[in-house]
Amino acid sequence: VVNPNVEGKKYPATEPYLVGREKIREFAHAVKSTNPVNLDVFAAQAAGYVDLVAPTTFAVVIQERSLATVLSDPEADIDFSRVVHGDQRFVHVRPIVAGDELTSTLKVASVKSLGAHSMVTFETEIFDVNNELVSTAISTLVVRGGE
Amino acid sequence: MTHINIAGLELGQEIGTKEFLITRDSLVRYAGASGDFNPIHYRDDFAKSVGLDGVLAHGMLTMGVAVQVVADWVGDAGKIIDYGVRFTKPVFVDANDGAVVVVTGKVGNINAETNEVRIDLSVVFNETSVLGKAQAVVRL
Repeated sequence: VVNPNVEGKKYPATEPYLVGREKIREFAHAVKSTNPVNLDVFAAQAAGYVDLVAPTTFAVVIQERSLATVLSDPEADIDFSRVVHGDQRFVHVRPIVAGDELTSTLKVASVKSLGAHSMVTFETEIFDVNNELVSTAISTLVVRGGE
Repeated sequence: MTHINIAGLELGQEIGTKEFLITRDSLVRYAGASGDFNPIHYRDDFAKSVGLDGVLAHGMLTMGVAVQVVADWVGDAGKIIDYGVRFTKPVFVDANDGAVVVVTGKVGNINAETNEVRIDLSVVFNETSVLGKAQAVVRL
């Protein structure tokens, strides 16, 4: 169901995303974090960070922006209504902090078929304003085949 | 800065356990915070129309909540450098009672050279594991 030829395809960088303090707090509350570095600027600075630290899974917000470009790519032909999240991983070079301006590029790492279903693995690399790698988000989506 | 001494850790040692109540309110909050507005996470009629038993939690919400046990243990969430899960079972969120997810972390690997510890998480809803291979690496 997913075009196997998009394996290896790279998508251009997304528009910069400015990570705001209140967005970090909002996300932290949503994932039930009580971790001081996510919520309290003084605690974050005392721990050596310039500002609030984003929760471990916050990078999903950036990943989503890259995924949106693939899901709207007619060549990939992914039917979003048939998508189930299979697995997810984040590898952080350093934590995302408030004030970061992030862009991301996405690569289709693999397309596999599993009976009527397809499994597509995406690797999203997230870069800061100096073009240094901050995090890599790896996501596998299962696209259910039509009946 | 951390209070944990890697030399004092043992494989299999429990680092913490916590119960999280996920309600419909939690789902709406997470939808707003993450930008994932898939209606299967807030509309029963829609969830049923695509063959689900009811509204379910965002897998990413369960993932994000579960790692809090690791963050609580290490003290500084910024020390979690790698975190992955497999979404194996849905967490259905009852409109009245919500869903209780029980998270337990254990030491899965210790690397004294790199000062890294892997925590393996068990994430249970309704006596069933809902995340597979849920592992977080902490650099102390």
